[in-house]
Amino acid sequence: MKRSARGTANLVWLSLSVATLCSWWMAEHHGAGVWTVLLVMLIAAAKARAVALHFMELKAAPLIWRLVFEGWVLLNTAMIAGLYWFTQARA
Amino acid sequence: MASARGEATVQTPAILTFIVADIAAFGLFFAFFMIGRGAQVALFDRSAALLNADVGMLNTLILVTSSWLVVLAVDGARRGDRRTVRTFLALAFVVGAGFAVTKVIEYGDKVSHGITLLTNDFFMFYFVLTGIHFLHFLIGMGVLAMLWFKAGQEAVDGPLFGWIESGGLYWHMVDLLWIVLFPMLYLLGRR
Repeated sequence: MKRSARGTANLVWLSLSVATLCSWWMAEHHGAGVWTVLLVMLIAAAKARAVALHFMELKAAPLIWRLVFEGWVLLNTAMIAGLYWFTQARA
Repeated sequence: MASARGEATVQTPAILTFIVADIAAFGLFFAFFMIGRGAQVALFDRSAALLNADVGMLNTLILVTSSWLVVLAVDGARRGDRRTVRTFLALAFVVGAGFAVTKVIEYGDKVSHGITLLTNDFFMFYFVLTGIHFLHFLIGMGVLAMLWFKAGQEAVDGPLFGWIESGGLYWHMVDLLWIVLFPMLYLLGRR
């Protein structure tokens, strides 16, 4: 990891912290109306992806590992948001 | 993913296999939770509203920060800089300890209000999911302490490097799981 890579880690940490505060504020104040929960899950997906790619360094790993983790993030957040949407629509 | 010498380490794929199995199991738990929620939406949302989202958010910040400090420790190991490794591992441990403190306060608060895992299906999921996650957290803290100790005894860019990298990957998994677990348990029912 070169100095610039350390800079990337710092930037990723800052983004993760800001994203955490944003999604928490939005959830507490219902900042995006009916879209709040979906937006919160979207932010969670972006955060999880950033941890996998940058902190776990899967960006530099063989593609298969990257796909497995990206697939996990996509599948789980889509499942949670999808089932949430489905139950809200039914209610 | 490259080692100190630029080659793939032997330990790294092994720990990644374990991590994938572990997060896959958590993925199943998430699905069970969402299906359970679908059957009792009002109860789950009412129960989730009793959780302290501020504490949950604080815990996210703690884990994200501790994870970042471990990235800096691994970076130091790659350069063979023992002091940096030990400093950042110690910092990651201290910051990480905050998660245990808030979790114990949170559990204590729930129990003192008579809320246990037998209260209802939501709290069954809440205590089991956060409990299993907490066990992972405790193992991770043990690993950080062990790595800090070992880094004081031997070179960090030798055989120990693979352990530091693997320990780091495990710690990031604890962070990764919480990033999905927190909004699912705490935030879905917010009105």
